[in-house]
Parts: sequence; structure tokens; C-alpha cells
Amino acid sequence: MADVLVLAEHHESEIRKVTFELITAARGLGSPVVLWLGPGLGDTESAALASFGATKILLAESADVVDHPVAPGAEIVASLIASVQPAAVLVASSADGKEIAARAAIKSGCGIITDAVEIATDATATQSVFGGSTIVHSKVTHGTPIITIRPNSIAASESAATAVTEKISMVISDSAKRVSVTTRSVVEKGARPELAEADVVVSGGRGVGGAEGFEVIEALADSMSAAVGASRAATDAGWYPHQFQVGQTGKTVSPALYIANGISGAIQHRAGMQTSKVVIVVNKDPEAPIFELADYGVVGDLFTVVPQLTEEITKRK
Amino acid sequence: MKIAVCVKQVPDTWAEKKLRVDTSTLDRESADGVLNELDEYAVEQALQLVEAQGGEVVIVTMGPERASETLRKAISMGADAGIHIVDENLAGSDAVATSAVLAKVLTGRDFDLILFGSESTDARMSVIPAMVAERLDLAQVTFAQKMEVAGTTLTAERVTDYGFDTLTASLPAVVSVVEKINEPRYPSFKGIMAAKKKPVEIFSVTDLGLENALVGAGAAWSVVADFADRPPKAAGVVVTDDGAGGTAIADYLTTAKFI
Repeated sequence: MADVLVLAEHHESEIRKVTFELITAARGLGSPVVLWLGPGLGDTESAALASFGATKILLAESADVVDHPVAPGAEIVASLIASVQPAAVLVASSADGKEIAARAAIKSGCGIITDAVEIATDATATQSVFGGSTIVHSKVTHGTPIITIRPNSIAASESAATAVTEKISMVISDSAKRVSVTTRSVVEKGARPELAEADVVVSGGRGVGGAEGFEVIEALADSMSAAVGASRAATDAGWYPHQFQVGQTGKTVSPALYIANGISGAIQHRAGMQTSKVVIVVNKDPEAPIFELADYGVVGDLFTVVPQLTEEITKRK
Repeated sequence: MKIAVCVKQVPDTWAEKKLRVDTSTLDRESADGVLNELDEYAVEQALQLVEAQGGEVVIVTMGPERASETLRKAISMGADAGIHIVDENLAGSDAVATSAVLAKVLTGRDFDLILFGSESTDARMSVIPAMVAERLDLAQVTFAQKMEVAGTTLTAERVTDYGFDTLTASLPAVVSVVEKINEPRYPSFKGIMAAKKKPVEIFSVTDLGLENALVGAGAAWSVVADFADRPPKAAGVVVTDDGAGGTAIADYLTTAKFI
């Protein structure tokens, strides 16, 4: 069975959920071989990767991949495309993931597909484009298919394998070291899950009315261990930090449950959440287009409906 | 400082987008073409740098005839000149080919900075800046929420999943910016009038010394096999809050096993 190269998405030893989704997808195409860039891989992490089906872990520990963004990773991926000759390369649709994929595609003469939500056994990728209104099936026709996969699209499933770890030492070229990371700033994200990976997202929009209004949104989110999102109207107004913006110019989310509060549902916002599995809407305006997406909607004031919902959830847990 | 800003004409962000049945490419006729919103931040950043440190801003676009309106729009914000690569052979080009064309037209022009928006609102791949940096063998500083240039040193904050990384590099560099970086200006009346007189160089694929066979739909390294509209969502239940709206949602979530 052919190897399928998977680029692990991790922050130090914290493995992102999407990594397990990538390995799960890779199993459909061949034997998952995981590439781990930088430090953080210990026995626990190796065991976790193996439990989802990794048959081999390639460890590139070189400080260069940490000290310099993107380019060294792309060099390593391109060299592995040549030496491993994988059936496909699967990468997470993160900023780093997409850019490593992009540069490796140019280096290796391979076609690239981004933001796949599903992969068939013949490496045909399903994409959900234009904010989810169109479903596209695409295929790479030149070189090794390099495909980036949107987090939360493929359900990760365990499938125990024995993974051997192989260290790879590669000299990174000077031209891949043109940019240096001087400091790394970790913004305190609190106890809430990462927006793109969360199973439940609770969002607020213009109807929230101000920064203090987000307290009711956050309370509902916390009652369900959900991530908090915001529409562009809310982030542009400065009511909620920009990195939580869901929409065309913000993050694309695809949770099992999306609760939209005081969001009208302009295409700008829908583009970022339309593929959510179940959508709940609370909005004062019965004409708000977001109701078209609702599995269940309540026309009403979010400041009475949402606290009541939070209280009910807390009571029933 | 000589700065290139690569911009793209995209269908109006607020319009519904469709693929064409005959070519499986974006139907660009069915919606108004506008300057990709995220590119406005790149233009603004270039203008601010040149206003502070002197220099020249050149807007670069690849696209059909009508993309010239977008080019003029970007120039009208205050840029000095434009470059338009327009050629019917380019229709259907993938990111790989697009990056080849842009890299070619940018070569040999001594740009200190090549700026991009962080993504286009139509294709949303976010790969062109990285591909152009790869092809030109230049420093790649992307997803910048802040950038400063002092002499030939570029410092920038790259947005990451966990916060941001502070990066340094020497010019020349390829930079993409996110919308946090600034507040784009509106073109002034004077700017709009002046833009009509700014020089725009126009190139075809062969003008650039590239072969037509390397671009366009036929040369794409990935193809669309088929596509379909997402099946419309079955209409949900919408109730008016009678004082128990929150409880009603909780009931729904309980039935759906979310609680």
C-alpha cells in the first residue's frame, strides 16, 4: 500500500484535532506517514498518532523549522515527496499548512487543492465553495496530489497501528532562512475551544449591541463548552476581538452546532458558517436571512432568550 | 522604496457566486467585478509606507479586460502606475500558473516590497503570496497584522493560530497583510481623476516571455471533475418568542442530543 504523507498540525506537544482528521483521511488512500516538524514529539504524542493509524512518524526536529516560518517546512515536504513518493500529501488548511503546501507544490511540480472537506479513495477532493453554496469535486492531474483539509470536516476515527519513528536530518537551505521568528506571542485564549475546531460555536452580531452584550453570548458558550464567534459587524465595531470573526473575511467554521444570536446573516457571514450541521438562530427581525439556514429559530430579543437558554442548559446538564 | 501591490478583481463580496456550467470556472459576468476587499489593505499599507519614506507604488493585476476598472480603482487610492496582464489564454489558470505569471512580470523591476491581501474573497486559497515568494526566492512575510520598514529591515507580526509571531527579514520581501493592519482610504475625487492619467503597462502572456501552453484551463494541475449546488436545506422551525423561547431551544437541543 502506498504511503500517504500527513503533515502534523501541532503547537509544541499539543496535537491539533485536525491532525487526527488528516490521518483518518489518509487511511482511505494508503498508509499514513506523519511528518512532525519541530519539537514536542514524545511517547504520548507518538502513541496518539499511532492510535489513529500512523504507521510511521518522520521527525524533523531541526531548530530551523521553528526559527524560520513556512519555507523550511516546504523544503522538507518537497524532499519527502521525492524520496517517499507518497500517493498524496495531506495538510491542514491552516495559514502555515496552506503555505507549506503551496511552496512544496511549486518546488515539486505538483497540483494543489485547498480546503477539501472530504477525500475519496482515488484522491478526488470535495470542496465546499462560495460559502458552502456549491459542492465541487476536484482532482490533481499533475504530480503528487497536495491537498489541504479544512478542520472539523472529516470525523476522526481511531484505528490502532504501530508507528515507528524515524528521525530525518535535512540541511535547510539559506534561502529558506530569509525570514526569522524573533518572538512568539501566545494570546491567552482562555478555557474555550479553538474556534475552527469547536463542536459548538455560539456567535453574536450587530444585535448584541455592544462589548458588554457579549457577556450573555459567552455565558451561553461556556454552558456548552463552546467557542465564541462574532460577525464582522461586531468585530468591526470593536465589540469583540477580531480573531473570533466568522465569515468570508474571517474564520470558516463547520461545527456540529452553530448558535447565531443577533446576526442578520449577510452572505459575508453565511460564507463562514453555512456548512455547520445544525443551526440555531435567535433574532428580533423575522425577515433576517439567517432564518433561511435555521434548523430551529426563535424570533425574539436575544437578551431574554439567550439567558433563559443558558439557564435551562445548566439545569439539564 | 519601490512597492508592487498585486490585486485581483473578484465578484462583489455581497453577491451570490456561481460556477459556469461550460467551464467549471467562476461565473465572473453574473456579478459586478470589484477590487478584492482584502487587497485594499495592501494598497493602503503601500501608500502609507511611501508617504512616510518616499518611493513609488505600482498596482499589478492579472485578469480579463474589465479588470482594468479594478486596476484604476486601486490606482485611484493614490498609486503611481499599473501593470495589467490581460490575455484570453489566461482564462481558467490555476494558482500555480497565476503565480508563474505574477512572478514573471515582477522580475527585474527592483521592487523592494511585493504586497498582497491575505486572500481573495472568491477562491480563498491564500497561496499566491507563498508561491510568488517561492518562485522569486524572496523572503516571505505573510498574514501580517503589523509591519514596519527601517532601512532594508522589515519587521512584521504574522497572525498564527495561537497569537502572532514577530518576524524579521531583509528586503526585498513578499508580504501579505490581514485586515487588522490598517483602515483603507476611499479614493478622493482628485485621486479618481488622476488615476485616469497614470501609466498602465499592458502585457500578454507571450509579451512576458511565457508560453501560452503553460497557462489557462488546459494547463491547470488540478481540475474540477463536477460540481453541484448544495441541496437546499430543509426549512427549519421558526417560532416567535412567547416568553419561553430559550426553553424551546433547550428542548430542541435536548431532542437533538446536544444537551
